[in-house]
Amino acid sequence: MGTFTMPSLGADMQDGTLVEWLKRPGDEVRHGDIIAVVETEKGAIEVEVFEDGQLESILVETGSKVPVGTPLAQIVGAGKSAAKPEAKPEPEPEPELEAPPQPSPVKVPPASPSVAPSAMRASPAARQLAAERGIDLGTVKGTGPEGVIVRQDVEMAGKAAPHPSTRTKSHPSAPDLTPMRQAIAAAMDRSKREIPHYYLTHSVDMSAAQSWLDRHNASHPPAERILLGALLLKATALALRDFPEFNGFYEQGRFTTSEAIHVGLAIAIRGGGLAAPAIHHTDQLEITELMTKMRDLVTRVRRGGFRSSEISDPTVTLSSLGERGVEALLPVIYPPQVAIIGFGTVLARPWAVGDSIEARPVMSLSLAADHRVSDGHRGALLLRRIEDLLLQPEAL
Amino acid sequence: MTREELRAIILEELAGIAPESEGIDIADDEDLREALDLDSMDIYNLVIALCGRLSIEIADADVGNLTTLTGGINQLEIALAGAER
Repeated sequence: MGTFTMPSLGADMQDGTLVEWLKRPGDEVRHGDIIAVVETEKGAIEVEVFEDGQLESILVETGSKVPVGTPLAQIVGAGKSAAKPEAKPEPEPEPELEAPPQPSPVKVPPASPSVAPSAMRASPAARQLAAERGIDLGTVKGTGPEGVIVRQDVEMAGKAAPHPSTRTKSHPSAPDLTPMRQAIAAAMDRSKREIPHYYLTHSVDMSAAQSWLDRHNASHPPAERILLGALLLKATALALRDFPEFNGFYEQGRFTTSEAIHVGLAIAIRGGGLAAPAIHHTDQLEITELMTKMRDLVTRVRRGGFRSSEISDPTVTLSSLGERGVEALLPVIYPPQVAIIGFGTVLARPWAVGDSIEARPVMSLSLAADHRVSDGHRGALLLRRIEDLLLQPEAL
Repeated sequence: MTREELRAIILEELAGIAPESEGIDIADDEDLREALDLDSMDIYNLVIALCGRLSIEIADADVGNLTTLTGGINQLEIALAGAER
Protein backbone atom coordinates (compact mmCIF):
# COMPACT_ATOMS: atom_id res chain seq x y z
CA MET A 1 0.00 0.00 0.00
CA GLY A 2 1.25 3.48 -0.76
CA THR A 3 0.56 6.82 0.74
CA PHE A 4 0.13 9.67 -1.68
CA THR A 5 1.49 12.79 -0.01
CA MET A 6 1.58 16.52 -0.74
CA PRO A 7 4.69 16.64 -2.93
CA SER A 8 7.51 19.12 -2.53
CA LEU A 9 7.49 21.03 -5.77
CA GLY A 10 10.74 22.84 -5.24
CA ALA A 11 12.93 23.62 -2.27
CA ASP A 12 10.95 26.76 -1.56
CA MET A 13 7.53 25.12 -1.18
CA GLN A 14 6.08 24.88 2.32
CA ASP A 15 2.50 23.87 1.67
CA GLY A 16 -0.13 23.52 -1.01
CA THR A 17 -3.89 23.69 -1.34
CA LEU A 18 -5.70 20.67 -2.72
CA VAL A 19 -8.08 22.22 -5.25
CA GLU A 20 -9.33 19.23 -7.19
CA TRP A 21 -9.38 15.45 -7.08
CA LEU A 22 -9.36 13.94 -10.58
CA LYS A 23 -9.79 10.37 -9.28
CA ARG A 24 -12.30 8.97 -6.81
CA PRO A 25 -11.98 6.18 -4.25
CA GLY A 26 -12.17 2.86 -6.12
CA ASP A 27 -10.62 4.26 -9.31
CA GLU A 28 -7.66 2.49 -10.86
CA VAL A 29 -4.53 4.64 -11.03
CA ARG A 30 -1.47 4.07 -13.16
CA HIS A 31 2.07 5.38 -12.99
CA GLY A 32 2.04 8.88 -14.48
CA ASP A 33 -1.70 9.52 -14.06
CA ILE A 34 -2.64 13.00 -12.93
CA ILE A 35 -4.81 12.43 -9.88
CA ALA A 36 -5.08 15.83 -8.25
CA VAL A 37 -4.57 19.54 -8.79
CA VAL A 38 -2.65 21.44 -6.14
CA GLU A 39 -2.48 25.18 -5.81
CA THR A 40 0.99 26.52 -4.94
CA GLU A 41 2.92 29.76 -5.22
CA LYS A 42 3.76 28.62 -8.74
CA GLY A 43 0.14 28.33 -9.74
CA ALA A 44 -2.15 25.33 -10.18
CA ILE A 45 -0.05 22.20 -10.64
CA GLU A 46 -1.28 18.81 -11.79
CA VAL A 47 0.07 16.16 -9.47
CA GLU A 48 0.97 12.74 -10.83
CA VAL A 49 1.08 9.43 -9.05
CA PHE A 50 4.13 7.22 -9.45
CA GLU A 51 2.70 3.77 -8.91
CA ASP A 52 -0.02 1.48 -10.19
CA GLY A 53 -2.91 0.53 -7.96
CA GLN A 54 -6.32 1.55 -6.77
CA LEU A 55 -7.19 4.77 -4.99
CA GLU A 56 -8.54 3.46 -1.69
CA SER A 57 -9.35 6.58 0.24
CA ILE A 58 -9.01 10.33 0.09
CA LEU A 59 -7.65 11.86 3.29
CA VAL A 60 -7.74 15.55 2.47
CA GLU A 61 -10.77 17.41 1.22
CA THR A 62 -10.61 19.90 -1.61
CA GLY A 63 -9.96 23.40 -0.39
CA SER A 64 -7.59 22.25 2.37
CA LYS A 65 -4.16 23.80 2.64
CA VAL A 66 -1.67 21.32 4.04
CA PRO A 67 2.11 21.20 4.56
CA VAL A 68 4.42 19.28 2.24
CA GLY A 69 4.50 15.59 3.17
CA THR A 70 0.93 15.44 4.49
CA PRO A 71 -0.79 12.18 3.43
CA LEU A 72 -3.44 13.04 0.83
CA ALA A 73 -4.71 9.60 -0.15
CA GLN A 74 -4.10 5.88 0.26
CA ILE A 75 -3.35 3.73 -2.75
CA VAL A 76 -3.58 -0.05 -2.52
CA GLY A 77 -1.95 -2.69 -4.67
CA ALA A 78 1.42 -0.99 -4.86
CA GLY A 79 4.58 -1.10 -2.85
CA LYS A 80 6.30 2.04 -3.96
CA SER A 81 5.69 5.25 -2.11
CA ALA A 82 3.64 7.64 -4.15
CA ALA A 83 4.19 11.07 -5.61
CA LYS A 84 7.94 10.82 -5.39
CA PRO A 85 9.85 12.21 -8.32
CA GLU A 86 12.08 9.52 -9.70
CA ALA A 87 15.07 11.50 -10.80
CA LYS A 88 15.72 13.06 -7.44
CA PRO A 89 17.57 10.70 -5.16
CA GLU A 90 16.70 12.70 -2.04
CA PRO A 91 13.65 14.83 -2.59
CA GLU A 92 13.47 16.01 1.02
CA PRO A 93 14.14 19.73 1.29
CA GLU A 94 16.63 20.82 3.91
CA PRO A 95 14.31 21.94 6.70
CA GLU A 96 16.83 24.02 8.61
CA LEU A 97 17.17 26.32 5.64
CA GLU A 98 13.55 27.27 5.38
CA ALA A 99 13.16 30.63 7.05
CA PRO A 100 9.60 30.77 8.42
CA PRO A 101 8.60 28.11 10.94
CA GLN A 102 6.06 25.60 9.72
CA PRO A 103 2.53 26.27 10.83
CA SER A 104 1.03 23.43 12.80
CA PRO A 105 -0.34 20.86 10.38
CA VAL A 106 -3.95 21.53 11.21
CA LYS A 107 -6.43 21.10 8.46
CA VAL A 108 -7.84 24.45 7.46
CA PRO A 109 -11.55 24.62 6.74
CA PRO A 110 -12.40 23.86 3.14
CA ALA A 111 -13.03 26.77 0.85
CA SER A 112 -16.55 28.08 0.42
CA PRO A 113 -18.65 25.16 -0.84
CA SER A 114 -20.24 27.35 -3.49
CA VAL A 115 -16.93 27.51 -5.31
CA ALA A 116 -16.36 24.62 -7.66
CA PRO A 117 -12.74 23.50 -7.32
CA SER A 118 -12.10 23.68 -11.03
CA ALA A 119 -13.11 27.33 -10.99
CA MET A 120 -9.92 27.97 -9.03
CA ARG A 121 -7.75 27.26 -12.06
CA ALA A 122 -6.11 30.47 -13.09
CA SER A 123 -3.23 31.65 -15.23
CA PRO A 124 -0.14 32.82 -13.35
CA ALA A 125 -0.75 36.38 -14.52
CA ALA A 126 -4.31 36.26 -13.20
CA ARG A 127 -3.10 34.80 -9.93
CA GLN A 128 -0.54 37.54 -9.56
CA LEU A 129 -3.02 40.32 -10.25
CA ALA A 130 -5.53 38.77 -7.86
CA ALA A 131 -2.90 38.67 -5.13
CA GLU A 132 -1.88 42.27 -5.83
CA ARG A 133 -5.44 43.50 -5.63
CA GLY A 134 -6.58 41.21 -2.86
CA ILE A 135 -9.23 39.55 -5.01
CA ASP A 136 -10.38 36.07 -4.03
CA LEU A 137 -10.01 33.89 -7.14
CA GLY A 138 -12.90 31.77 -5.90
CA THR A 139 -15.22 34.67 -6.67
CA VAL A 140 -13.93 35.17 -10.23
CA LYS A 141 -15.52 33.53 -13.26
CA GLY A 142 -12.98 32.18 -15.75
CA THR A 143 -13.40 32.87 -19.46
CA GLY A 144 -10.10 31.34 -20.66
CA PRO A 145 -9.63 27.89 -22.20
CA GLU A 146 -11.55 25.27 -20.20
CA GLY A 147 -12.78 27.93 -17.83
CA VAL A 148 -9.32 29.00 -16.70
CA ILE A 149 -9.33 32.40 -15.01
CA VAL A 150 -7.26 34.85 -17.08
CA ARG A 151 -5.90 38.26 -16.18
CA GLN A 152 -8.80 40.01 -17.85
CA ASP A 153 -11.28 38.17 -15.63
CA VAL A 154 -9.52 39.40 -12.51
CA GLU A 155 -9.48 42.93 -13.87
CA MET A 156 -13.21 42.75 -14.49
CA ALA A 157 -13.83 41.29 -11.05
CA GLY A 158 -11.73 44.05 -9.54
CA LYS A 159 -13.84 46.69 -11.27
CA ALA A 160 -17.10 45.03 -10.31
CA ALA A 161 -16.34 44.54 -6.66
CA PRO A 162 -13.56 46.66 -5.27
CA HIS A 163 -12.14 45.55 -1.95
CA PRO A 164 -11.62 48.78 -0.07
CA SER A 165 -10.05 46.93 2.84
CA THR A 166 -7.15 45.76 0.70
CA ARG A 167 -6.36 49.22 -0.57
CA THR A 168 -4.83 50.18 2.75
CA LYS A 169 -1.85 48.04 3.59
CA SER A 170 -1.57 47.06 7.20
CA HIS A 171 2.22 46.81 6.91
CA PRO A 172 3.30 49.73 4.77
CA SER A 173 6.98 48.92 5.25
CA ALA A 174 6.73 45.31 4.08
CA PRO A 175 7.45 44.75 0.38
CA ASP A 176 4.36 43.79 -1.57
CA LEU A 177 5.39 40.32 -2.69
CA THR A 178 3.00 38.16 -4.61
CA PRO A 179 3.15 34.42 -3.87
CA MET A 180 5.21 33.66 -6.97
CA ARG A 181 7.59 36.50 -6.15
CA GLN A 182 7.92 35.05 -2.67
CA ALA A 183 8.72 31.60 -4.07
CA ILE A 184 11.39 33.06 -6.35
CA ALA A 185 12.74 35.17 -3.50
CA ALA A 186 13.03 32.16 -1.18
CA ALA A 187 14.84 30.03 -3.77
CA MET A 188 17.18 32.77 -4.94
CA ASP A 189 17.91 33.94 -1.41
CA ARG A 190 18.87 30.40 -0.47
CA SER A 191 20.95 30.05 -3.63
CA LYS A 192 22.98 33.19 -3.07
CA ARG A 193 23.37 32.43 0.64
CA GLU A 194 24.51 28.83 0.25
CA ILE A 195 25.96 28.26 -3.18
CA PRO A 196 29.43 29.57 -4.00
CA HIS A 197 28.74 30.44 -7.63
CA TYR A 198 31.41 30.85 -10.25
CA TYR A 199 30.65 32.28 -13.68
CA LEU A 200 32.04 31.68 -17.16
CA THR A 201 31.04 33.26 -20.46
CA HIS A 202 31.87 32.44 -24.06
CA SER A 203 30.80 33.92 -27.42
CA VAL A 204 29.59 31.56 -30.12
CA ASP A 205 29.22 32.17 -33.86
CA MET A 206 25.62 31.20 -34.60
CA SER A 207 25.82 31.35 -38.42
CA ALA A 208 25.68 27.59 -38.85
CA ALA A 209 22.81 27.15 -36.40
CA GLN A 210 20.88 30.02 -37.97
CA SER A 211 21.38 28.68 -41.51
CA TRP A 212 20.29 25.22 -40.44
CA LEU A 213 17.13 26.63 -38.86
CA ASP A 214 16.39 28.79 -41.93
CA ARG A 215 16.80 25.80 -44.26
CA HIS A 216 14.67 23.53 -42.13
CA ASN A 217 11.92 26.10 -41.59
CA ALA A 218 11.77 27.15 -45.26
CA SER A 219 10.77 23.61 -46.21
CA HIS A 220 8.32 22.86 -43.40
CA PRO A 221 4.78 24.02 -42.58
CA PRO A 222 4.42 26.30 -39.53
CA ALA A 223 3.64 23.56 -37.01
CA GLU A 224 6.79 21.63 -37.98
CA ARG A 225 9.17 24.58 -37.80
CA ILE A 226 11.84 24.77 -35.13
CA LEU A 227 12.82 27.65 -32.86
CA LEU A 228 16.37 28.27 -31.74
CA GLY A 229 15.40 27.32 -28.19
CA ALA A 230 14.99 23.67 -29.20
CA LEU A 231 18.55 23.58 -30.58
CA LEU A 232 19.89 25.15 -27.38
CA LEU A 233 18.07 22.57 -25.26
CA LYS A 234 19.42 19.67 -27.30
CA ALA A 235 23.00 20.97 -27.40
CA THR A 236 22.98 21.59 -23.65
CA ALA A 237 21.54 18.18 -22.83
CA LEU A 238 23.93 16.29 -25.12
CA ALA A 239 26.95 18.16 -23.76
CA LEU A 240 25.96 17.35 -20.17
CA ARG A 241 26.27 13.61 -20.84
CA ASP A 242 30.02 13.93 -20.44
CA PHE A 243 29.89 16.44 -17.59
CA PRO A 244 27.93 14.74 -14.79
CA GLU A 245 29.20 17.17 -12.15
CA PHE A 246 26.84 19.81 -13.55
CA ASN A 247 23.76 17.59 -13.62
CA GLY A 248 22.26 16.64 -10.27
CA PHE A 249 21.50 17.85 -6.77
CA TYR A 250 23.49 19.12 -3.82
CA GLU A 251 21.62 18.12 -0.69
CA GLN A 252 22.55 17.57 2.93
CA GLY A 253 26.15 18.40 2.32
CA ARG A 254 26.83 16.20 -0.66
CA PHE A 255 26.36 16.08 -4.40
CA THR A 256 24.50 13.31 -6.18
CA THR A 257 24.72 13.23 -9.93
CA SER A 258 21.58 12.33 -11.86
CA GLU A 259 21.78 9.70 -14.57
CA ALA A 260 18.79 11.20 -16.32
CA ILE A 261 19.18 14.61 -17.90
CA HIS A 262 16.03 16.64 -17.29
CA VAL A 263 16.73 20.19 -18.40
CA GLY A 264 14.54 22.77 -16.68
CA LEU A 265 13.56 25.54 -19.05
CA ALA A 266 13.20 28.99 -17.50
CA ILE A 267 9.96 30.40 -18.88
CA ALA A 268 8.98 34.01 -18.28
CA ILE A 269 5.40 34.72 -17.36
CA ARG A 270 3.92 37.86 -18.84
CA GLY A 271 3.49 40.50 -16.19
CA GLY A 272 6.31 39.11 -14.05
CA GLY A 273 7.55 35.91 -12.54
CA LEU A 274 8.97 32.76 -14.03
CA ALA A 275 9.00 29.01 -13.68
CA ALA A 276 11.59 26.48 -14.85
CA PRO A 277 9.89 23.10 -15.29
CA ALA A 278 11.66 20.06 -16.72
CA ILE A 279 11.62 18.59 -20.18
CA HIS A 280 12.20 14.96 -19.23
CA HIS A 281 15.11 13.07 -20.81
CA THR A 282 16.00 16.11 -22.89
CA ASP A 283 19.09 14.44 -24.37
CA GLN A 284 17.09 11.53 -25.79
CA LEU A 285 14.52 13.56 -27.70
CA GLU A 286 14.71 14.38 -31.40
CA ILE A 287 14.74 18.08 -32.23
CA THR A 288 11.17 17.97 -33.53
CA GLU A 289 9.97 16.21 -30.36
CA LEU A 290 11.81 18.75 -28.25
CA MET A 291 10.12 21.57 -30.13
CA THR A 292 6.70 20.02 -29.51
CA LYS A 293 7.43 19.51 -25.82
CA MET A 294 8.83 23.01 -25.43
CA ARG A 295 5.77 24.55 -27.07
CA ASP A 296 3.42 22.53 -24.89
CA LEU A 297 5.33 23.42 -21.73
CA VAL A 298 5.46 27.16 -22.45
CA THR A 299 1.72 27.15 -23.14
CA ARG A 300 0.91 25.31 -19.93
CA VAL A 301 3.22 27.44 -17.78
CA ARG A 302 1.58 30.63 -19.04
CA ARG A 303 -1.98 29.33 -18.71
CA GLY A 304 -1.42 27.44 -15.48
CA GLY A 305 -1.45 23.64 -15.39
CA PHE A 306 2.02 22.15 -15.34
CA ARG A 307 2.72 18.88 -13.61
CA SER A 308 4.31 18.05 -10.30
CA SER A 309 7.12 16.00 -11.85
CA GLU A 310 7.98 18.86 -14.18
CA ILE A 311 8.54 21.13 -11.18
CA SER A 312 10.48 18.74 -8.97
CA ASP A 313 12.59 16.93 -11.57
CA PRO A 314 14.90 19.43 -13.30
CA THR A 315 18.50 18.33 -12.87
CA VAL A 316 19.94 21.51 -14.39
CA THR A 317 18.38 24.72 -15.76
CA LEU A 318 18.60 26.56 -19.08
CA SER A 319 17.81 30.26 -19.23
CA SER A 320 17.59 31.98 -22.60
CA LEU A 321 16.91 35.68 -23.07
CA GLY A 322 15.27 35.18 -26.46
CA GLU A 323 14.96 37.77 -29.21
CA ARG A 324 14.22 40.81 -27.12
CA GLY A 325 16.92 40.40 -24.50
CA VAL A 326 20.44 41.70 -24.11
CA GLU A 327 23.88 40.39 -24.90
CA ALA A 328 24.55 38.20 -21.90
CA LEU A 329 23.21 36.96 -18.59
CA LEU A 330 24.85 35.65 -15.45
CA PRO A 331 22.11 33.42 -14.05
CA VAL A 332 21.51 32.25 -10.49
CA ILE A 333 21.45 28.53 -9.71
CA TYR A 334 18.10 27.06 -8.62
CA PRO A 335 18.84 24.94 -5.53
CA PRO A 336 19.38 22.07 -5.01
CA GLN A 337 20.67 22.06 -8.60
CA VAL A 338 24.34 22.89 -9.15
CA ALA A 339 24.43 24.60 -12.53
CA ILE A 340 22.47 26.90 -14.80
CA ILE A 341 23.34 27.64 -18.41
CA GLY A 342 22.47 30.99 -19.94
CA PHE A 343 22.01 32.05 -23.55
CA GLY A 344 22.00 35.72 -24.48
CA THR A 345 20.21 37.29 -27.42
CA VAL A 346 21.71 36.53 -30.83
CA LEU A 347 23.16 39.84 -32.07
CA ALA A 348 25.11 40.84 -35.19
CA ARG A 349 28.71 41.40 -34.06
CA PRO A 350 32.11 41.80 -35.73
CA TRP A 351 33.78 38.38 -35.85
CA ALA A 352 37.31 37.50 -36.92
CA VAL A 353 37.31 35.00 -39.80
CA GLY A 354 40.88 34.21 -40.80
CA ASP A 355 42.50 37.60 -41.27
CA SER A 356 39.34 39.55 -41.91
CA ILE A 357 36.41 40.81 -39.90
CA GLU A 358 32.85 39.80 -40.80
CA ALA A 359 29.47 40.59 -39.31
CA ARG A 360 28.16 37.38 -37.77
CA PRO A 361 25.20 36.44 -35.57
CA VAL A 362 26.87 35.95 -32.20
CA MET A 363 25.42 34.54 -29.00
CA SER A 364 26.87 34.74 -25.55
CA LEU A 365 26.87 31.45 -23.70
CA SER A 366 27.23 31.52 -19.92
CA LEU A 367 27.50 29.11 -17.04
CA ALA A 368 26.91 29.64 -13.35
CA ALA A 369 28.03 26.59 -11.41
CA ASP A 370 28.47 25.45 -7.81
CA HIS A 371 32.14 25.60 -6.83
CA ARG A 372 31.58 22.97 -4.14
CA VAL A 373 31.00 20.48 -6.93
CA SER A 374 32.96 21.60 -9.99
CA ASP A 375 35.78 23.87 -11.09
CA GLY A 376 36.14 26.47 -13.80
CA HIS A 377 38.28 24.26 -16.00
CA ARG A 378 35.53 21.67 -16.38
CA GLY A 379 32.96 24.41 -16.71
CA ALA A 380 34.92 25.89 -19.61
CA LEU A 381 35.10 22.49 -21.29
CA LEU A 382 31.33 22.15 -20.91
CA LEU A 383 30.73 25.50 -22.64
CA ARG A 384 33.18 24.53 -25.40
CA ARG A 385 31.27 21.29 -25.92
CA ILE A 386 28.00 23.17 -26.24
CA GLU A 387 29.68 25.49 -28.76
CA ASP A 388 30.96 22.53 -30.80
CA LEU A 389 27.45 21.10 -30.97
CA LEU A 390 25.95 24.43 -32.05
CA LEU A 391 28.58 24.68 -34.80
CA GLN A 392 27.30 21.37 -36.21
CA PRO A 393 23.54 21.70 -35.84
CA GLU A 394 22.86 18.93 -38.37
CA ALA A 395 24.34 16.48 -35.85
CA LEU A 396 21.80 17.47 -33.21
CA MET B 1 -12.13 39.72 -46.50
CA THR B 2 -11.68 43.36 -45.50
CA ARG B 3 -8.62 44.70 -43.74
CA GLU B 4 -10.77 45.44 -40.72
CA GLU B 5 -11.89 41.79 -40.60
CA LEU B 6 -8.29 40.59 -40.89
CA ARG B 7 -7.28 42.94 -38.10
CA ALA B 8 -10.02 41.49 -35.89
CA ILE B 9 -8.88 37.95 -36.69
CA ILE B 10 -5.29 38.70 -35.70
CA LEU B 11 -6.42 40.31 -32.45
CA GLU B 12 -8.67 37.35 -31.69
CA GLU B 13 -5.86 34.86 -32.20
CA LEU B 14 -3.51 37.01 -30.11
CA ALA B 15 -6.07 36.97 -27.30
CA GLY B 16 -6.03 33.17 -27.42
CA ILE B 17 -2.23 33.09 -27.22
CA ALA B 18 -1.78 35.88 -24.70
CA PRO B 19 -5.11 36.23 -22.86
CA GLU B 20 -3.57 39.11 -20.93
CA SER B 21 -3.58 41.11 -24.19
CA GLU B 22 -7.36 41.33 -24.39
CA GLY B 23 -8.55 44.88 -24.08
CA ILE B 24 -5.11 46.42 -24.58
CA ASP B 25 -5.16 49.16 -27.23
CA ILE B 26 -2.61 48.46 -29.95
CA ALA B 27 -1.71 50.95 -32.68
CA ASP B 28 -1.45 49.41 -36.15
CA ASP B 29 2.26 50.14 -36.47
CA GLU B 30 3.22 49.28 -32.93
CA ASP B 31 5.56 46.35 -32.42
CA LEU B 32 3.28 43.62 -31.04
CA ARG B 33 6.16 41.97 -29.24
CA GLU B 34 6.82 45.12 -27.27
CA ALA B 35 3.17 46.06 -26.73
CA LEU B 36 2.10 42.62 -25.53
CA ASP B 37 5.40 41.22 -24.26
CA LEU B 38 5.40 38.44 -26.86
CA ASP B 39 8.35 36.15 -27.50
CA SER B 40 9.26 33.99 -30.48
CA MET B 41 7.08 31.16 -29.18
CA ASP B 42 4.04 33.45 -29.16
CA ILE B 43 4.71 34.56 -32.76
CA TYR B 44 5.22 30.89 -33.69
CA ASN B 45 1.81 30.07 -32.20
CA LEU B 46 0.22 33.06 -33.94
CA VAL B 47 1.48 31.86 -37.34
CA ILE B 48 0.15 28.34 -36.74
CA ALA B 49 -3.22 29.71 -35.60
CA LEU B 50 -3.62 32.07 -38.57
CA CYS B 51 -2.54 29.50 -41.15
CA GLY B 52 -4.95 26.94 -39.71
CA ARG B 53 -7.88 29.30 -39.41
CA LEU B 54 -7.59 30.87 -42.87
CA SER B 55 -6.15 27.82 -44.68
CA ILE B 56 -3.21 29.84 -45.91
CA GLU B 57 0.54 29.49 -46.02
CA ILE B 58 3.00 31.89 -44.47
CA ALA B 59 6.63 31.27 -45.37
CA ASP B 60 9.11 31.29 -42.51
CA ALA B 61 10.94 34.17 -44.18
CA ASP B 62 7.73 36.27 -43.97
CA VAL B 63 7.00 35.58 -40.32
CA GLY B 64 8.85 38.78 -39.39
CA ASN B 65 6.03 40.76 -41.04
CA LEU B 66 3.67 39.66 -38.31
CA THR B 67 5.30 41.83 -35.69
CA THR B 68 2.87 44.70 -36.38
CA LEU B 69 -0.85 44.67 -37.14
CA THR B 70 -0.28 46.49 -40.45
CA GLY B 71 2.43 44.01 -41.46
CA GLY B 72 0.25 41.12 -40.40
CA ILE B 73 -2.80 42.35 -42.33
CA ASN B 74 -0.65 42.88 -45.46
CA GLN B 75 0.81 39.41 -45.07
CA LEU B 76 -2.64 37.84 -44.70
CA GLU B 77 -3.88 39.62 -47.83
CA ILE B 78 -0.93 38.28 -49.82
CA ALA B 79 -1.39 34.79 -48.41
CA LEU B 80 -5.15 34.79 -49.08
CA ALA B 81 -4.55 35.91 -52.66
CA GLY B 82 -2.03 33.09 -53.00
CA ALA B 83 -4.51 30.56 -51.58
CA GLU B 84 -7.18 31.55 -54.13
CA ARG B 85 -4.90 30.88 -57.08
